Amino acid sequence: MKTLQELQQIRDRMKGCLCNRAMAGEFEPADATVKYHILVCGGTGCTSGNSKTITEELKAAIDANGLTSDVKLIMTGCFGLCAKGPIVVVYPDGSFYQHVKPEDAREIVEEHIKNGRPVERLLHSEKDADGAHKAINETSFYKSQRRVVLRNCGLIDPENIDEYLARDGYKAYEKALTSMTQLEVIDEIKKSGLRGRGGGGFPTGTKWEFAHNSVSDVKYVVCNADEGDPGAFMDRSVLEGDPHTVIEAMMIAGYAIGAEKGYIYVRAEYPIAVHRLEVAIGQARAYGILGDNAMGLGKKFDIELRLGAGAFVCGEETALLQSTEGKRGEPRQRPPFPAVKGLFGQPTLINNVETYGNITQIILNGADWFASMGTEKSKGTKVFALGGKIINTGLVEIPMGTTLRTIIEEIGGGVPGGKKFKAAQTGGPSGGCIPASLIDTKIDYDNLIAIGSMMGSGGLIVMDEDNCMVDIAKFFLEFTVDESCGKCTPCRIGNKRLYEMLDKVTKGTATMEDLDKMEELCYYIKENSLCGLGQTAPNPVLSTLRYFREEYIAHVRDKKCPAGVCKALVSYKINADKCVGCTLCKRNCPVNAISGELKQTHVIDPQKCIKCGACIARCPKGAIEK
Amino acid sequence: MSKNVVGTPEQDQAFDAVLRELETVPGPLMKALQKAQEIYGYLPIEVQTRIADKFDVPLEEIYGIATFYSQFNLNPKGKYTIGICLGTACYVKGSGDVLNKFQEKLGIEPGQTTPDRKFTLDATRCIGCCGLAPVLTVNEEVYGKVTVDDVDKILAKYND
Repeated sequence: MKTLQELQQIRDRMKGCLCNRAMAGEFEPADATVKYHILVCGGTGCTSGNSKTITEELKAAIDANGLTSDVKLIMTGCFGLCAKGPIVVVYPDGSFYQHVKPEDAREIVEEHIKNGRPVERLLHSEKDADGAHKAINETSFYKSQRRVVLRNCGLIDPENIDEYLARDGYKAYEKALTSMTQLEVIDEIKKSGLRGRGGGGFPTGTKWEFAHNSVSDVKYVVCNADEGDPGAFMDRSVLEGDPHTVIEAMMIAGYAIGAEKGYIYVRAEYPIAVHRLEVAIGQARAYGILGDNAMGLGKKFDIELRLGAGAFVCGEETALLQSTEGKRGEPRQRPPFPAVKGLFGQPTLINNVETYGNITQIILNGADWFASMGTEKSKGTKVFALGGKIINTGLVEIPMGTTLRTIIEEIGGGVPGGKKFKAAQTGGPSGGCIPASLIDTKIDYDNLIAIGSMMGSGGLIVMDEDNCMVDIAKFFLEFTVDESCGKCTPCRIGNKRLYEMLDKVTKGTATMEDLDKMEELCYYIKENSLCGLGQTAPNPVLSTLRYFREEYIAHVRDKKCPAGVCKALVSYKINADKCVGCTLCKRNCPVNAISGELKQTHVIDPQKCIKCGACIARCPKGAIEK
Repeated sequence: MSKNVVGTPEQDQAFDAVLRELETVPGPLMKALQKAQEIYGYLPIEVQTRIADKFDVPLEEIYGIATFYSQFNLNPKGKYTIGICLGTACYVKGSGDVLNKFQEKLGIEPGQTTPDRKFTLDATRCIGCCGLAPVLTVNEEVYGKVTVDDVDKILAKYND
């Protein structure tokens, strides 16, 4: 058990150490106990790229060169620029190494650390006016970002509570308990304008107030870490990079509503996040931060982890509560809302990871500071997971109200291969497409709803001209059909029928009448489903019908897939002007559908062709066209 | 203490200990199933029956939970589980074709195991490394930016 003074001593001691990491220019340069800090990304993406071995190799090289006391080597959470992973950053200069391999470790240590010469070939390619490589926080990917929720990701060692403390960790809890009443805490959250980051956008302070107003001896605080939208990984990154911020926020919430127990429900698919949470909870208990007398401030609070087992519907709050109780994750009717009757029948406050990620900063910096960011009705920042056809795939945090254009072209680096941006999909299977014509839309809750999409949890998938929008709608619907829990009929059967109609469209057997029927069915499902999953499932279909109707019509009337994706509607042809008769395609065709002699134009027999694409992949001249 | 026909004595002992630990935990059923799968590798009916008896709930309820969640297996898995991510980012980058290739090579559908119990093929949800799309996993090993042409090479690595 550490006293408040002892915690402060740790903060002061560690601050000197952290000062060398000057990301986002937040630190004053200060006395350096060690000369260099080497930060290796330990997020899921970079770990898959072998960043653990890189760390081991770096360690070995540091020791072998007698630099052990000059260098601090840590693994951090996600830096965000997953496309360039594995990422290694060397401070104090902020040298940004990308695509690092284990065999590069020695060179980094011997050249950069020992001889003071950064390894040019591994540095991020962006340079400043003087021709010097830019430091990490000056690159275009990071420059336009505003990192509030991700403030510690890629900066601290998530498995070391002392580093979190040095970033004013657990000071917000101390402030709340020593100088604010429960209602003042709730009021601060309300005034900040923070809205739920899990997708719905419900005002967080109001949710806290409801839970506070419910009268009961036992209440619970729950964290929804069941991030299931395909393509969204911001919650995972927060848990992996900064688990204590979620713990502290839940403690503050516990104080505000009068709860002594918290549950974090996290996907079992996120083993690194689970591990870091376990470590963080253990360390917080060891310091007496969690426990019967949390931080010696007179309140009891502890947290238990519950693991999911692979069911998308459990991200819906009532289903999540069922699953936390160990049951089938089927949603239940609301009202009663969880704030009245939630986990184990008791009043329960449930927020998403990213929402909690904002809480400590609102308490420490005040509601006005938070409300100064964003738009009129959407305050603060939002984290987006950029994926699909975009150069800088990864995680970005931007102020609400940033345009889609800034996100895609500036931060995201645009669409690769010189292809044309066609649409962005937000909100995963519950959301919709934003067509290229609306690229200047300012991203906030209400604007996205107005154009037929939704914020969702923040997945942002970019699509180019090679993506068929009918196919994408079908893909999402297949997902919801598979993940529907089956409890209510509109969702279980309606979505299945809708999927079948889409399937007909992609096979060229649908009629124009089917398109109208589809639309009607979409609205029926939306209006009659029990929970958020069913109510939003038709959104991908509706929004593609709205913005890409001509593409549906091409499938139905002309029996053509303009993007060349839907197999049944595509035929492969060899362009005689480009074909040089190299015979590669012929030799690689698995069904002998291609004929032609050496140095003569080849021909594909459409009767035999199975449209596998093997010939396209092999042709050196790009002569095969769909 | 227990009559178990599926596991080794060590497995049964470990599971007994787990069940004892869970006696005081509220809402223990999913935790019990998760631990059971860790110990036995899958959830044979005998294990489900034991959980039902222990917590005095009908076997249907246990079976209901075990079949609701995709991570619970009622059948044993192969030595190597190949999981191909069909999340959005991977899908738009061609993971569907990679899956087809594995199906063709192994002669099994997603969710099935080869007759020699060597490979289980799974189509998985987004595993969150979209920057590496298309991605697949073989047990704990992650392969990024996979193409159809890599399939033979990957399978050859597990040729033991």
